[in-house]
Order: sequence, then structure tokens, then C-alpha cells
Amino acid sequence: MHSSLPLMVSLPFVGALLAAWSGTQGRLWSAWVSGGVALASLGLLFGPALAVMQGETLLWQATWVPQIGLDLGFRLDGLSLLFALMILGIGLLVVLYARYYLADQDPMGRFYAYLMLFMGAMLGLVTSENLIQMAIFWELTSITSFLLVSYWRHRSEARQGARMALAITGAGGLALLGGLLLLGQIVGSYQLSDVLAAADSIKASPLYLPALLLILLGVFTKSAQFPFHFWLPHAMAAPTPVSAYLHSATMVKAGVFLLARLFPALSDTAAWTWIVAPVGLATLVLGAYTALFKHDLKGLLAYSTISHLGLITLLFGIGTPLAAVAAVFHIMNHATFKASLFMAAGIIDHEAGTRDMRRLSGLWHYMPYTGLLAMVAAAAMAGVPLLNGFLSKEMFFEKTVFMAELTDSAWLLPVFATLAGAFAVAYSLRFIHDVFFGGAPTELPRIPHEPTRWMKVPVEILVVICVAVGILPGLTFGPLLYLAAGATLQGPLPEFSLSVWHGFTPALGMSVLALLGGVAIYAVRRPLFRLHEQSFGRFDARALFIALESALLGLAAWLDQRLHRPSLQRMLAVILLAAVAVVVAGLWPSLRDGTLSGPLPLTPPDPVSIAAMLCLVVGAVGTVVLHRERWTALVMLSVVGLIVALAFVKLSAPDLALTQLSVEMVTIVLLLLALYFLPKHTPRESSLPRRLRDLTLAGAVGLTAAALVWAVLTRPYQSIAGWFLDNSVPGGGGTNVVNVILVDFRGFDTLGEITVLAIAAVGIYMLLQGLRLDAPRADAQGRPWSWDTHPLILATFARLLLPLALLVAVFILLRGHNLPGGGFIAGLVVAVALVMQYLANGITWTRPRISGQLHPLIGIGLLLSTATGLGSWYFDRPFLTSAHGHFHLPLIGDLELATAMLFDLGVLMVVVGITLVILIRLGELDALEYPPARGRRRVMAARAQLRRGGGH
Amino acid sequence: MILPWALNIAFVLVSLALLLSLARLVIGPDKPDRILALDTLYVNTVALLVLLGIRLASNLYFEAALLIALFGFVGTVALSKYLTRGDIIE
Repeated sequence: MHSSLPLMVSLPFVGALLAAWSGTQGRLWSAWVSGGVALASLGLLFGPALAVMQGETLLWQATWVPQIGLDLGFRLDGLSLLFALMILGIGLLVVLYARYYLADQDPMGRFYAYLMLFMGAMLGLVTSENLIQMAIFWELTSITSFLLVSYWRHRSEARQGARMALAITGAGGLALLGGLLLLGQIVGSYQLSDVLAAADSIKASPLYLPALLLILLGVFTKSAQFPFHFWLPHAMAAPTPVSAYLHSATMVKAGVFLLARLFPALSDTAAWTWIVAPVGLATLVLGAYTALFKHDLKGLLAYSTISHLGLITLLFGIGTPLAAVAAVFHIMNHATFKASLFMAAGIIDHEAGTRDMRRLSGLWHYMPYTGLLAMVAAAAMAGVPLLNGFLSKEMFFEKTVFMAELTDSAWLLPVFATLAGAFAVAYSLRFIHDVFFGGAPTELPRIPHEPTRWMKVPVEILVVICVAVGILPGLTFGPLLYLAAGATLQGPLPEFSLSVWHGFTPALGMSVLALLGGVAIYAVRRPLFRLHEQSFGRFDARALFIALESALLGLAAWLDQRLHRPSLQRMLAVILLAAVAVVVAGLWPSLRDGTLSGPLPLTPPDPVSIAAMLCLVVGAVGTVVLHRERWTALVMLSVVGLIVALAFVKLSAPDLALTQLSVEMVTIVLLLLALYFLPKHTPRESSLPRRLRDLTLAGAVGLTAAALVWAVLTRPYQSIAGWFLDNSVPGGGGTNVVNVILVDFRGFDTLGEITVLAIAAVGIYMLLQGLRLDAPRADAQGRPWSWDTHPLILATFARLLLPLALLVAVFILLRGHNLPGGGFIAGLVVAVALVMQYLANGITWTRPRISGQLHPLIGIGLLLSTATGLGSWYFDRPFLTSAHGHFHLPLIGDLELATAMLFDLGVLMVVVGITLVILIRLGELDALEYPPARGRRRVMAARAQLRRGGGH
Repeated sequence: MILPWALNIAFVLVSLALLLSLARLVIGPDKPDRILALDTLYVNTVALLVLLGIRLASNLYFEAALLIALFGFVGTVALSKYLTRGDIIE
């Protein structure tokens, strides 16, 4: 039964794919699919919900990356059940509502796919048992809400609003991740159950305050608390169903959900109270005040939401168990009445064509039924008795009075609470009176009428809940509230009574005061509007945000510019200077004391080494001196490559030598191919001081590196080589340690590298696709090219060479596991041998003879290597474990075979594929058409062409 | 008895050959001169590796010599093809 939790969370993600696909089949399909998925998830919740009702806490866990404390874990207790019900229940209503709300030209599939993604992310967030997993889902809700807010992507305000919301909630998410990691560090576990049980050690830890601050940053940004509240009104550019879902019932509640979730672990400290409560209070008052002055229906609702979220935050900040109960209760009530109000606002917008309250009036005459629904919901928002908003608001008033009695300085709390309540009454009144009354409308773009029947159903359901809860709270939300509040507190529930009438209490007095005050404020609204326009109305948080954002981007651009933007040379200079500085700083003590040389004796030089080193020096210096003569510099560079290979041989690294040699050859071919299209001479571009500067820098780098190498090599040191030498045969079944490391110990790295290579090859192929360059008609001296394209002797010898070279490659591949060699070198040998054919015989001759395209070779090679790695899973071993054994084959003799060889074969195929794809594409760049690959018929055609005109 | 002496003499001679090829490569003066010098350098290193193998009584160096022999040819062909035709793969 517990496994239905992960199923419930993953179902919407699958549903997103289905919705996107079904959207292409017909307009309404995706709505049906989404509704079905939400219903199915709700069905999956049923069984676990019953268990939770019995007082159980359901857990489902699977290990994921236990090394970093990341496990998949889902948890269902009262609090997550409440949120899951809200997400799925209101989600279902929103699916129904959106189906009628979206216009014909809006792509349904995309909308519902985003909506389902969001639903899944939100479900995952509220049911996460692992903190890191929770942070992942948290980020997912930010991203999916970005997609939903910017759904009408042709509108600039939608894109800007979405970006602002993403920037703020994303930054908060980052802070949250840091906070959760700290929390996990304190507790020593990322499991929520452990964290909730470790409340005392968390609060005693020195890391408590940083962790709390970071987590609260995440909470405040997500739940639009002051001073981060301003993104929410701009996110109202979203389609109204999105606002009803995300911006009233679910996503903005994620912040307060986290407050509730971590309430037992973090609350009940001075820091908690003094941060959370004032922020909540400021948000409550500011939101309620601003809401009255918004002329846009959704703007009013957005600020009202901010205000109510502030109320909930304030309740959590007060920190008593009773306040937490009231907060949870208000979460439930706010979700119901605010979602219905958003839907009503959407209906008004949909049917009247505007949301501006200065243009709307007298709609009662046209849509009385919608008006009635909106009126009830708005009354609930205002806190009118017999509706659900009244109950939790009165609980809230009661808590503020309690706090005021408890401490002397808190007397302001009930005053501000009443003030905010009065403003809430005033803006609720405005929402109803400005829209539905006040004379016949004159400025509407169209004549309004009641919407279709089914568009009102979601509103009806929510409004009925508002009324039912308002009259019979104990019988409706009661059981769920007990469960959710119990899970929030993780302890015994305090005594509280859910009833409409509590007698003549101070809270009742505050409610009455707020109602009367609200009416009074609404009565004098016109002078108030003017006053506001001239004072606070001028302040624009969005302008501030944009200024801040551009300042930040400017700083980044400035840094970027300083470090590397203008030139490659400067970038290199910065890196090299930094390297020199670090090494010199480290070596400084030994340089000062003259102890750079270690105790080890020096090896006497032999004549061969001296001659070889002389070649190396001359080659390197020659390359630099002659670099403006490009071809000659290339020849000089080849000398360097050759001698480096020799040095590898001398210093007992035959594998490196073989690799160096084969890479060297491919490099020469590559550079020659590029040189063909480049100028033959490099102009002198740098001034003399600049060249001197570069010379000094290069000299410093060389000396530093030499000093470092000298210091290391003259000292005895323990390397990791010993371990590999000891474990190569027992662990990898091969005596060639280098190869065993490549294909076994570090096989995963190799797999990553060949994948990168393959991606690079595909990228190069795509970049060169369709590119044609003008080929020079003559060489650097202006002499025409030789007429002899493919000299006969060369062509014939090259053909003879192919089988020999392939034999060498097979030899190198097979022995690679035990003696110098391996897939990479063998691959380069094959590639060079094939390139030789192109070189000597031309593309026209060679391409039809190599059967098939070369690109698939890359993919097949990658698949083979991966499959070899996956194969070890079949035997319950970790990825890329190699099996090996000793075989005796007739004729060939004793053979040590390992599955790593299959892996190596994959490497070989990738290397051959990419080398040829890149080199041959480069060779084709000169505006000539070559025959495509494959097929006997094409060979014949090519031959016929050769006979006719001799190719080209 | 005679082998170490012969090897020593051979090493010195091959080293000299290395340096002489290098001189030709630097002096030139024509491009074909440089190509030939590089090719000779390849041949010299093959000899050097084989000699090293004999001196150390090991066959680990022969693959390197084999590859130089194989690839040196390709390098020489590519460089020459560039001089005569410009486009080496056509």
C-alpha cells in the first residue's frame, strides 16, 4: 500500500507526457487526460489516506545516492495529506475550469502538460521524506510555475512576470538548499523523521541560526512575504486558472507548508519569533493595504493573497501550538475561498472583457448567479460570520490578544491585526460593489452574460465548502484539521473548539471592529485613492527589482570583461600568471633556503638523450620563431611530437608513446586540411613590447614548471602506482596497468570521455554541414597545382598498406589488456590507415568502397561500451565490473580474455568513427560534390564516371 | 662482448644522424628538403628504438618503432600532397 505514494507522485509526470501528446489529437483530449490523471492520483491517495486517518504515518523509501544522504523517500502524514488533497482536489477543479477558460487559439496540450508537471512537482514536495529530494521538487515547482506564468508567451508582461518570479523564487530555492544541507549536517541525516526528532540538538547547534535564515529566505520568497512579495502581482499575467491554482491554493503555500513541516524542529526560539512574526505582520498589513488600491481584479486578489500568507506566517511566528493550529486552519480556508475568487475573477474577465474595476460596474444585472458565488467567497475573505474565513480569522485575532496579554510590547499586534482585517473587509467590499453594483456598465468591450454551466461548477463546489465549513466546522474540516495540525506539531494537540460562537470575546470585538472599519474605509475610498496615488503609489518595487537586476548583470559583465572577454591572449595570461603565482608561493620557502633539490641522486645524461633533447629544443624554438610560415612551423611541431613520443618510450611509458604517435599523425592531417583554406603566412600582429611581455610570461611559466618538476623528481615520494600494479591482474585481469585503468578501474571516466568525443564529432559534422569554401587555385608562390591528383605508385602502395595496417590495429587491440596497446590506439591506427586511402586514392574512389556510413559506427561503439558496462548489472555487480578468464585457443595459443576488451572494442569504433567523420568532412569543404557512400551500384557509377572523365 | 661496443657505436652514430637531419630540417632551404629531413628523422628514431630494445633486451619498444614506420610514411605523404595539390583529401 505504501508504494502507492511514489506512484501517486509520478502519475502526473506521466500524465504530462500524455497530455502533451493527446493535445495533438484534438483540443479537448488533453483536458480529459489531465482530469483522469488527477482523479487516478486522488484514487491512489484514498488507501493511504485511510491509514493516516487511523493515526499512522506512512513511509516509503528506496536508496538512491546514500553516500550524500540522498534517498528517495515519501511520507504521508496529516499535513502532507491535507496538502495532497488540496493539490489534487483543487487541481481537478482547475482542470475543469481551464477547459472552458482557454480560448480556441491557446494550445491545450501545452497548458495541461505544464499543469500536470506542476501538480507532480507539488505533490512530490509535500510528500518528501528526504530533505534534498524536497529541495529538488521545490525547484521543480519554481520551474513549472515559470512555464505556466509565461504560458501566453507572446505577451511581454507574461514573460517578464515569469522571469521575475523565477529569479526570486529560484534565488530563494538556492538559499533553501543551503539551509536544508546545513540542517542535514546538524542532524546527521536528511530524513525528515530524524530531523523532526532532533529538535533540541538543532536549536542548540551553532549552525542553527544560519540554517534558519537560509530556510526562511526560501520560505519568504516562495510565499511572497515582504520584502520579496512583489513578484506575485506580476505573476498575475498568467492565465487565471494558473493563478487560481498556483497563486492561491498551492505554490505560494509551499513556503508556509515548509514552515509547518519544520515547525517542531525550528520554532520556539527567540530568533524564530523575532524573524517570522514581524515579517508576517508586515506582509499582512502591507498586503491588505495595497490590495484596496489595485484597480485590477487579479491585482487585488494577489495582494490579498500576500496579506493572507502574511497572516499565516505571523501565526507560525507566534509559535504557540494553538497559533500553529490556527495557521493550518487558515491555509485550508484561504485555499477554498481564494481559489473560487480567482475563478470568479476569471469568469468576469472572460465574459466582460476586462478586469479593471474602474470600468466594471453593475454586472449583477447580467450575471447574478456568478455574482452570488463571488459575493459569498468575498464575504469569506472578509471574515463575515457563518463563513469559513471568519473562523480562522477569529482564531487569529484571539492569538494576537493572547500575545498582547503575554508581553507588554506586543500590544501593537491586535491593533495591526484589526487594521489589516478592516482593510480586508474594505477590499472585499470593493471587489463586490465595484464589479456588480454601482449603475449600468458603460465602458465594457462587450455585453456580459453568464458563463457556460460547467465553468461555474468548480466555483460552486468551493463556495459550498466555504459555507459548510463556516456553519459546521467540526463536521467538515474538523477531522482533517486535527490530523494536519497534529502532524505539524508532532505532538499532542492543544485544546481548542471549532465552533461559530465563542461568546463575547475580545476577538469577536475585533471582528466587529474590522467589519465596521472596513465599511468606513470603503466609504471614504475616493480621497484615500488620491492620497495613495500621491504617496505610496509612486513606489514601484518592480523598477527597483529591474534596477537591481541590471546592476547585478552589469557587475557580472564587468568581471567577465576584466577576466577574459577582449582576447584569448589576456585570458591565457591571467590563467598562466595565476598558476605561476600559486606555484612560486608554494615553492618560495625552498627557493629561499636553496633546498629545491631533494636528496635523490641525479641520473647521468647519455649522448642519445642529449641529442634527442637538442632536437626537442630546436623543434620547439623553431616552431615559435617560424610560426608565421605556417607550413614550416607545422613540420617543426612534428619534430616536437616525435621526440616527446621517444621520451615516453625512454621513461617507460610505451602506451603513452603509442598514443602520442598516433595522435600526432592525425593532428598533422587535420592541420594540413585546415591550412589549405587559411592564409599561408601569418601577418605580424603584436607590437614589440607586447611580444616581450609574452616572452617574459612564457619564460616564467616554463621556469616555474621546470622548478616544480625538479623539486618533485629529486624527492622520494609514494605514488598510487603501487596499488594499481598490485590490483591490476586480480581486479582487472590484465597486466597492462594503463589499459586496465582505462577500461576497468576508471572505465566510467573513459565512457564519459568517448561520449564527449562523440558529441563533439556530431557537433563538428553539423557545423560543417552545407559549408563550402573557396579553394585556392595555386600555391603560396602562385604556381598552379600539380595535374597529378593521385600518383599511381602512391595509390597502389597505399592500397597494399591497408590490410597490413589493419593487422597492426587488431594486434594492438588484442594485446592491449596485457601489453602496451588498447582500443584508443588501435582506433587511431585504423583511422589513419583509412585516411591514407582517402589521401592516396581520393574521396571518389574510397568512399563507395567503405560500406556504409561512418556515423552509425560512433553510436554502435558507444552502445557497445555502455552495454558491456550494463552487462555487469545482470550479474549483480556494479556498473562496468569486468569479468576475465584464461582461455586456450587452438592455433593462437593461450589467451587472457576480459569483458573489458568488448568495452575497448567500443572505444575503437568510436575513435575510428569520429576521426574519419571529422577529417573527411573537412576534406570535402572545397566546393565539389562527392558521391554518397554505400552500395555496389554507386561503385559502378563512380567507376563509370572515372572512365568517362577521370574524376576531377 | 662485441655487442655492447657495437651498440655504443651505433647509438652515437644514430644520435649524430638525428642531429644532422635536424640541421637539414632547420636549414632547408626548400620545402621538399624539410620533408625529407623529417622523414629521415622518423627513420632514425625507428633505428634508435630498435637499438634501445636490443640494449635492454626487451621487445616493449618494437610497437613504437612499428607505428613510427607506419605513420611516418603517412606524415610524409600528407606533407608532400599538400605541396603538390594543396587539398590533401580530395
